[in-house]
Amino acid sequence: MQQKIFQQDAIAATAPSLHLKELALSLRSQQLFSKLSLSISPGEIVTIMGPSGCGKSSLLAAISGTLERDFALEGQVLLDELNLINLPPEERHIGMLFQEDLLFPHMSVNDNLGFGIPAHIKDKKKRNTLIAQALDEAGLSEFENRDPATLSGGQRARIAVLRTLLSQPRALLLDEPFSKLDAELRARFRNFVFRHARANNLPTLMVTHDPDDAQSTGGKVIQMSDL
Amino acid sequence: MAKSFSSTLSVLFSLRTVPVLTLMVFLLPVLAGLFSTIFPAFGYLPAIGQVSFTTAAWTQLFAHPALPNALLTSVSSGIIATLLSLILSLTFVAAWQGTNSFKRARQLLAPILAIPHSALAIGLAFLIAPSGWITRTISPWATGWERPPDIAVIHDEWGLSLILGLMIKETPYLLLMIVAALDQSQAKQRLKLAKTLGYHPVSAWIKGVLPVIYKQIRLPIYAVLAFSLSVVDIALILGPTTPPTLSILVLRWFNDPDLSYRTIAAAGALLQLGVVVGVIFLWWATEKAVSRLTRRWLANGKRSFAETPVRIFSRISLNSIFVLFFGSLLVIVFWSFTRRWQYPDFLPSVWSIQSWDRNINNLLWSSSATLIIGLISSLIAVILVIACLENEKRRKKSAGTGALWLVYLPLMIPQVSFLFGVQVLTIKAGIDATWLAMIWGHLLFVLPYVFLSLTDPYRQHDDRYIKVALSMGVSPTRAFWRIRLPMLLRPLLFALAIGFAVSVAQYLPTLFIGGGRFSTLTTEAVNLSASGNRRIIAVYALLQALLPLLCFATALALPNVIFRNRRTLREH
Repeated sequence: MQQKIFQQDAIAATAPSLHLKELALSLRSQQLFSKLSLSISPGEIVTIMGPSGCGKSSLLAAISGTLERDFALEGQVLLDELNLINLPPEERHIGMLFQEDLLFPHMSVNDNLGFGIPAHIKDKKKRNTLIAQALDEAGLSEFENRDPATLSGGQRARIAVLRTLLSQPRALLLDEPFSKLDAELRARFRNFVFRHARANNLPTLMVTHDPDDAQSTGGKVIQMSDL
Repeated sequence: MAKSFSSTLSVLFSLRTVPVLTLMVFLLPVLAGLFSTIFPAFGYLPAIGQVSFTTAAWTQLFAHPALPNALLTSVSSGIIATLLSLILSLTFVAAWQGTNSFKRARQLLAPILAIPHSALAIGLAFLIAPSGWITRTISPWATGWERPPDIAVIHDEWGLSLILGLMIKETPYLLLMIVAALDQSQAKQRLKLAKTLGYHPVSAWIKGVLPVIYKQIRLPIYAVLAFSLSVVDIALILGPTTPPTLSILVLRWFNDPDLSYRTIAAAGALLQLGVVVGVIFLWWATEKAVSRLTRRWLANGKRSFAETPVRIFSRISLNSIFVLFFGSLLVIVFWSFTRRWQYPDFLPSVWSIQSWDRNINNLLWSSSATLIIGLISSLIAVILVIACLENEKRRKKSAGTGALWLVYLPLMIPQVSFLFGVQVLTIKAGIDATWLAMIWGHLLFVLPYVFLSLTDPYRQHDDRYIKVALSMGVSPTRAFWRIRLPMLLRPLLFALAIGFAVSVAQYLPTLFIGGGRFSTLTTEAVNLSASGNRRIIAVYALLQALLPLLCFATALALPNVIFRNRRTLREH
């Protein structure tokens, strides 16, 4: 069966790799991990596993630039040659997906997707086409003006993924994005996310404590305790 | 040159400097005002040619025949009102938390707090006076009083009506503070746990929850205490007159045409401050003693604590407070539309709008002054507080409890103790009796309440929404305007309404800083309250109550209209 895949045209061709070089993170002088080095090539999905509180989520915050003040970070985060470490989060273009969909409750489904599209795409028609494509992709074409709160959990989750992709990220971070979904939905949504990550050639880093999630990527799995 | 100036400006008004700016905006005038009161108290008042330091003012103050009684009624009414309000609100929460009556009571709190205390005090006076509505309801058929009984209920020398007037406003306030503290302290789980151990509701609450939340309601209690000890407007309407409370005595001296009274007034203002500080210290010491003495009692394992009496007592007394509250409002409405209402008729015999009609010009002027000062000062307060809280979010560092004490400071220093100084300062700065001074003066009192109301919702806002926006390449500024502000619209509007209600209620600041050139609904209502013309007083009191109520109604309704298609943000 031919599957439609939502793709960011501009990005897919020149996809960068994500490199972590000797990352060391500590919280109030307590070391969470040290010398974490890792390369993720375009379209590759790497999983980091570990119990809660081991610093998985902080690692993602470090990469996306949203680390809390109490943390100290050393090392480098690179997109190809570009060092991100001193860039503010909004200039890193690293997409994030959390456990919750975090759709903006005051915006319609349409506006949520539109919020993701970069400002440099000014043509209104072009923006609307992108939104329509994304909705079509999620099988939610009829839902454009709906209140996100009236959507099912699975529908909301898909909108959240597409919103992130519309923002043309150069890498993707997944912070246990499947743990709130029930078993059946979970497998389907997992495939949805992975398929899009690969189709957009995004280097993808996922943290989870669920071995099922990790296996389903078919890619590299790193245990946090081994670091 | 121009460039360095504009960069200085941008540093001055950048987000980082806002907390300091905010503190200066409201702490500097308070402290400076306090100092400007200290000098005259020790004889330094160039305006009347005194430039040497003496303690003559203090000797005169302590020799004043009215002082001992004034001091006594101030202290006793302040402590008793606070204590009773606290006991009432605590026992009500202890006995009724989690029940439907508790939910109903909770919903009544916002409108009660919206209404200026002077409007309530006026309504209460109309209600409980010898010729008031209560007597009219039961006379002459039950009492046999063909004419109003000759008892001094209002302005009674013991300050009992003053205490009642304070309680109507403070019990709901303390209730609200307790409810807010409960929401933050896992009180429900603690209560459940205590109940599974076999504790009855009241003892479960007093032993399991109260010791934990007391810390959080301590500052509000001190603020209530300071307010009760030094209140001016309620005391003018309901308090004893010969002699009045200390704050009224001080006010009279300040207003005395004989300028030499200014030094006694200043000394009295400082004494008022001393009284507040002393009583708060006494309260604090009592807290310590009680917590020490009850330590063993807390763990003695007794499962019940006067359960039924507490339940009945708290229910009845809180309902009485609510009844008095709504009765006060209703009687104001009636009087404002009365042409003829003779004793002992239950209702007016001739209704009319003449009281409104005849005062329409003055009503419009006072209302617009009230609106302008209230809206602008609360808007400024909301902007400053948002800037402080957003700065806190971005620097990922929140202010400690020390900041909270600073916020409460203007609420704990008696208004008479520093407003005279502020008045002197505005005259020196050449801005006395201007809109600027008026709005600034109100800002001092609006800011703390806006801060207190906005802090929790702002700090609790889920930052991951902002992180998601940033990760999509959106700037922090845009994320703030497009995500944070709309999501917080409801608490923002609510804070604005609280700020407005606080501003509308101000009497002394308007009086002192306005220099007689500004009249708001509150100053008019309070000044008229001695006149005895109930119809006209009622018109001002009703408008005074109506404006904040409308503001609250708007603040509650507007988000429901804007978010009518957004389930998460609508009120359920």
